[in-house]
Amino acid sequence: MSSPVAVAEPTAPAPAPASRTRRLRVPRPGYLAGKLLSAVISFAVTLIIGFALFNLMPSDPVRTMTRGRPVSEAQLAQLRVQLGLDQPVWRRFLTYVNDTLHGNLGYSWEFKQSVGSLILERVGPTLLLMGTAFAVSVLLGLWLGMRSGWRAGSLFDKVTSATALTLWSVPTFWLGMLLLVLFSVGIGPIHGFLPTAGMSDPTLPQSGLRHYEDVARHLVLPALTMVLVVYAQYVTIMRSSIIEEKGAPYLLTARAKGLRDDVVRRRHALPNALLPSVTMIFLHLGGLISGAVTVEAIFSWPGLGDLTYQALTVPDLPVLQGTFVVFSASVIIMNLLADLVYRFLDPRVRAQ
Amino acid sequence: MTAEPTATASTATAPDLPGMPPAAVPPRFTGARRFVRAFVHRPAGLAGLGILLLFVVLALIAPAFIGPDQLDVTKVNGPLLHAPDGSYLLGTDQAGRSVLLMLVWGARQSLEIGVIATVLTVVIGSAIGIVAGHYGGIVGRALMHVTDWFIALPSLPLAISLAAVLGQGSESITIAIAVTSWTATARLVRAQTLAVEARPFVERARALGAGNRQIMLRQVLPNVMPLILVSSTLTVASALLSEATLTFLGLGSPTQVTWGEMLHDAFFNGAFTADAWWYLLPPGIAVLAVVLGFTLTGRAVEHVLDPRTEDTR
Amino acid sequence: MTSPTLADAPTLLEVRDLHVTYRQGGRDVPAVRGVDFTLPRGGTLGVAGESGCGKSTMALSLLRLHGGNAKVTGEVVFDGQDLLTARWFRLRAVRWAGASVVFQGAMSALNPVRTVLDQIVEPMVLHDRISPKAAERRAAELLSSVGIPARRIRSHPHEFSGGQRQRIMIAMALACRPELIIADEPTTALDVMVQAQILELLGTLVRDSGIAVIMITHDLSLLAHTCDRLAVMYAGRIVELGPSRQILTNPQHPYTRALSKAFPTIGDPASRRAPEGLPGDPPRPSHAPGCAFAPRCPEAEDACRTGEMTLWPAGPGRTSACLHARTRHGGAS
Repeated sequence: MSSPVAVAEPTAPAPAPASRTRRLRVPRPGYLAGKLLSAVISFAVTLIIGFALFNLMPSDPVRTMTRGRPVSEAQLAQLRVQLGLDQPVWRRFLTYVNDTLHGNLGYSWEFKQSVGSLILERVGPTLLLMGTAFAVSVLLGLWLGMRSGWRAGSLFDKVTSATALTLWSVPTFWLGMLLLVLFSVGIGPIHGFLPTAGMSDPTLPQSGLRHYEDVARHLVLPALTMVLVVYAQYVTIMRSSIIEEKGAPYLLTARAKGLRDDVVRRRHALPNALLPSVTMIFLHLGGLISGAVTVEAIFSWPGLGDLTYQALTVPDLPVLQGTFVVFSASVIIMNLLADLVYRFLDPRVRAQ
Repeated sequence: MTAEPTATASTATAPDLPGMPPAAVPPRFTGARRFVRAFVHRPAGLAGLGILLLFVVLALIAPAFIGPDQLDVTKVNGPLLHAPDGSYLLGTDQAGRSVLLMLVWGARQSLEIGVIATVLTVVIGSAIGIVAGHYGGIVGRALMHVTDWFIALPSLPLAISLAAVLGQGSESITIAIAVTSWTATARLVRAQTLAVEARPFVERARALGAGNRQIMLRQVLPNVMPLILVSSTLTVASALLSEATLTFLGLGSPTQVTWGEMLHDAFFNGAFTADAWWYLLPPGIAVLAVVLGFTLTGRAVEHVLDPRTEDTR
Repeated sequence: MTSPTLADAPTLLEVRDLHVTYRQGGRDVPAVRGVDFTLPRGGTLGVAGESGCGKSTMALSLLRLHGGNAKVTGEVVFDGQDLLTARWFRLRAVRWAGASVVFQGAMSALNPVRTVLDQIVEPMVLHDRISPKAAERRAAELLSSVGIPARRIRSHPHEFSGGQRQRIMIAMALACRPELIIADEPTTALDVMVQAQILELLGTLVRDSGIAVIMITHDLSLLAHTCDRLAVMYAGRIVELGPSRQILTNPQHPYTRALSKAFPTIGDPASRRAPEGLPGDPPRPSHAPGCAFAPRCPEAEDACRTGEMTLWPAGPGRTSACLHARTRHGGAS
């Protein structure tokens, strides 16, 4: 090769000398602080709304709690003092914030435990269920979305989109019921083969391989229900992402190199289409949480959703308030994660 | 002028602003004809609309052949949880009521709740959206922050909490749905308000002395309407799903017959274990059908109004 | 760039009667309406014309890189193989290793989320089957040869300027030592100084390795110095073909004349003082008979509007699709 032509043009600012390995680039501290602050404010608002909901409503919380039970006026008055309801509103609010930040979420009269401990008990199963459902629906949704978007308008695309739309329009709990009937109760001569309710069989030992197997069997139906309703979101997200990427010039370059079509799709289009999808996926995690309540209720899955449902039937206000705060906090965290993950993944944004 | 000057139709309907020439006729009629022609070319939209019309008609004529006695658990005398046969086309529930009649009446109740909730949602959302979009600065930003905070709240837990606190019943559910759904409309309307206010005819109105209220009501609102309508159809779809979910969870009034209530009864009152598929399937299918109907119609309208949103190329 | 004369150089590429028709909204849109030319090994051909005349479509269709719903007929014989009828895997083997493409790198012709190293190495691994280490070494060499420090090889495209990205595209195009490089508007969207550098770089690299070049541009002035031969396209057809310097100093087609007047030639102060525009609108692609340029041509006659236009001899080694040129050079009147 002949000697290089002299470079005499303005160059983009070169980054620090690259080492052999890829360096982790952390977003500037200022940006991180800004996002954290915004998350904290969101949480504060959640606390305010949580407080307002359960303490400022026109209905008398004590009456609501004791609805349907025979209580005398004296007992109601005593309950009010016990719950601190005779204090002025602002003092109650401060107590509430103070308590919450210290992890004291109140006491449940129905379950005879502190709300905090109730929630801790129930977090694990919910994480298991939601985590599984999330992982499966993301993988399924992204794969289907990628293939449909790549051949938009094809039969595969039409069938996938129609199925996704129909499944999205189905009430989650109804789908759960149908699946229960199909696989658990059995129709006619076909017997069900999956467990009907709960997370594990109480007659089996609660640890060891058999236990995990048992839990896995119990996990199938609730997770399947959630996946079927939620995956449709991800199909749509990925599909539009891919469709937008399809016309990009670098794909033509990739084809000109002689790469096969599926390689072009997988190695070039997919990573680019994945970027905007990632953000949306995390943001939609909130929808997953909502679904958890109904699914857990139907399958008696002992998680936070089921707790919420049981609290609802009483109604057990402290528990409802506690779960409300926990759910909100998780959505806020998810939104924060969504933003950070995106900034981490996109090399164009990472450099800023 | 309340709309872009492309009008050719006849009767003017918009009142004139003081000192301005007579309003250019809103292009509603020619626009409407073009819209209809474009819409009929979309089979999905037509199917959706067809489903909707079917259910709306059912809902409207229901009182003609369903009296309160047939829905009252204390007054019916049909066989309990009986499979479908000649006299009960969809069988009976655990109290002896005809499932078919309940299904039809449920259309009325569910749609009523869904529509009222949607109206509430759209009114609140549009009001906030237009005000936020019109008044930039502190007011606008404050409103958007409030909207963002509401979006961060998980909708089902919020709806559950609200309905629990307000007490059982369809009013609580309606309010709960409205409180959790207005944010989407608000965002949409705000974005559209900003776009509309950037157009020259709004500047002209402002230069001629139109006040804030006039601009918002007479310039922005009519131009934001189509978008609001589209978003409403999709809002009704999700309101119906929410209503079904909330009543299923027990937050509805047990004496009211909605599809969610039917499913609640079916699951929690034994129809489930008794294999009463005729009680389980129809309400769910009905919800599915109506939600699909609204979604398909809404999407078709959206594509007709803005072909760019079409995403099959 | 000098190269062996036409007569004794073996032919690398022969294009015969190339037609490319798109199907849009239920109608046929002819983008390329019958193009013929040959290219010897190491030869350089410039293709000039206004936007929409079909030059890019023509170049991309040589490797069947046009969009999905287009019909391509004719013959594209590259190194003895008709690419238009070749099986897919043969075509893919020719892509990049036989003939590579330099797109407008300043726009996103490079994948934004992958490193420059990945993208240069990719065709090498695919076609040459060399080890990743060897590929990386060669990629670093290529980068240096286009004037980009090899230590930046692991950077991403957005970290480079437009001119640098174009150099990267050139380095990438050379990766598999092709026989032909198709440069599609390689300097559009770059400023003039950078344009000159890029063209010189391309010229040097190509001359040294004997690579043939088809350069597509709408800027006629660039082609004078960089290409032996020139093809001027209008409305999907070649309207003039021949040695570039001769065409520019003595154009034999009214369109070429207008085009060269619109771009002031570097080094010719006179042309800069009075650039002329071309009245009328660009042609809508159609199968209509007659010369497509007739509506805008100052010398148009009735015969121009109805007759069948092909390239007639217009001098030694030159052709032109103008009736007047034909008569001038002894063809039938």
